[in-house]
Amino acid sequence: MRLPGDIDVKMALAVWWRNATVYRRTWLKNILPNFFEPLLYLVGMGLGLGFYVGEGISGQDYIAFIGPGLLASAAMNGAVFEVTYNLFIKLNFDRLYDAYLCTPAQIQDVAAGELMWAVTRASIYGAGFLIVLAGMGLVGYPILTSPFTLLMPAGVMLIGACFGLIGMWFSTFIRTIDLYSYFYTLFITPLFLFSGIFFPVERFPFGQEIAWCTPLYHGVRLMRGLASGELTPEVGVSVLWLAALSLLLMAIVPGRMRRLVYG
Amino acid sequence: MPPDASSPSPNENPPAVMARSLRRTFGEFVAVDGIDFEIERGECFGFLGPNGAGKTTTMRMIYRASPVDGGRLEVLGLDAASGDFDRQIKAQMGVVAQEDNLDTETTVRENLRVFCRFYGMSTAEANRRCDELLEFAGLVEKSDQRVQALSGGMKRRLMIARGLISRPRIVILDEPSTGLDPRARQNVWDGLARLREDNVTLVLTTHYMDEAERLCDRIAIMDRGRIVACDSPTGLIARCSAPQVIELSLRRGPLPEHAQPLLTRAQRVEHLRDRVLLYVDTPEDLVGDLTKTLPDHPAMVRRASLEDVFLELTGRGLED
Repeated sequence: MRLPGDIDVKMALAVWWRNATVYRRTWLKNILPNFFEPLLYLVGMGLGLGFYVGEGISGQDYIAFIGPGLLASAAMNGAVFEVTYNLFIKLNFDRLYDAYLCTPAQIQDVAAGELMWAVTRASIYGAGFLIVLAGMGLVGYPILTSPFTLLMPAGVMLIGACFGLIGMWFSTFIRTIDLYSYFYTLFITPLFLFSGIFFPVERFPFGQEIAWCTPLYHGVRLMRGLASGELTPEVGVSVLWLAALSLLLMAIVPGRMRRLVYG
Repeated sequence: MPPDASSPSPNENPPAVMARSLRRTFGEFVAVDGIDFEIERGECFGFLGPNGAGKTTTMRMIYRASPVDGGRLEVLGLDAASGDFDRQIKAQMGVVAQEDNLDTETTVRENLRVFCRFYGMSTAEANRRCDELLEFAGLVEKSDQRVQALSGGMKRRLMIARGLISRPRIVILDEPSTGLDPRARQNVWDGLARLREDNVTLVLTTHYMDEAERLCDRIAIMDRGRIVACDSPTGLIARCSAPQVIELSLRRGPLPEHAQPLLTRAQRVEHLRDRVLLYVDTPEDLVGDLTKTLPDHPAMVRRASLEDVFLELTGRGLED
């Protein structure tokens, strides 16, 4: 089966399968932290800091305010790691893509397979987070209060795809693996802090305008809307924003990767 | 996968590879400078030359890892220069690259298993093929180990096994035995000999004379992006100006002045860093006189080899 951009799905699945083969070996070890991390954030920030945010934010308890946003950032993190360090090693150290490309696979199939895997990791990571969020409701801290909660996995996948593509795009520009520390400290960390997860972006002058131009803000707005059931037009705008950036990068990234391997 | 019936195939039985004025440049640097060659099906064809001669670039164009900048290139009758038939070409080709690019995060068996999926094999088919290839590569006992645990020779054999997954009609090997110890090289050569028995077309590069002479039906000698000669090993050696070579060692110093008249008795003289080569039809008389006149420069007689052909054609040694 071929997708637009001459992507052969069977080849992309073979690339995906290789990553799954590696992950399967260590999944038990890998999956436990997926549950601890949200639990720690929700207890530490949500209940700890939240105790001093007496009246909550936007009419919500603090823990319910940050929960959906943290899920969005979990999707981001799950996707990004796969297409930064892991991708760089396969591309430049192990030269594994060169080996893939000696089979009938073309570079766009490899890019598609890696993206599918980034979305898979975002989903695994997000699923752990969702379970913890749902569990908080059972112990008296309702966070997921709307039936639209059922759409949150789809939101996780959209955020995962968008960040998977951003990470791949960045990876095509760097020649040394150390440069990822800039990606994380100057891109991922600021997004985590200033995308409205912990406080409304209006706190700073032009905070809203700047945040609107960045992807995690839209991920947070989407997740918050789905969790509370307040599906405002802004939530729809955020979906379109993430989808548009993803489509743009889908058109750009295979060409960028081709330049790296097709010498 | 058989070639697509709709793909252009000007004659019924096209050669394995055909190149006309094939060219590849990197900026100002001309890596492959308009070469012509034809590789028949079932033959073992070698590109011989020093590093930087354009061998690897030529191979990369054949196995579609590099674009073609000029000229024609056809693989099994399919136009390889356009890039439009890359998937079909690669489906019929096995590639063993120069540098090991095995998957370091999976086991020996998984290295093969994962690649079976690229050829659309079912699980049962893939398992059977992995068993066969592990047997072929002599890696049955290592199948559950990580790649890091393998020796250099074993890694190479696994690379070759991976290149054979689809039972390709053409196998491309870039420096198949470089960096291996003599026993491991022998092992690799035995494996390639078995492929030849199955009528697989082998295309390889090497800068080892013995490898080229031993494995190849025909050899293209490359230098600075051009093919300077193309023939069978014996045909190439027959082109040498004389069949016998006297090697004079320079280990104990340069030749004295009074050696000059003796040198003029050879048909051709090559001065290398550590020895002087004299090309002659009949060495006996000259060797006797050399031994008498130059006791400090031991003389050794051998038959002309591919290295001598290379020296004569390019004016330099292979290891330069």
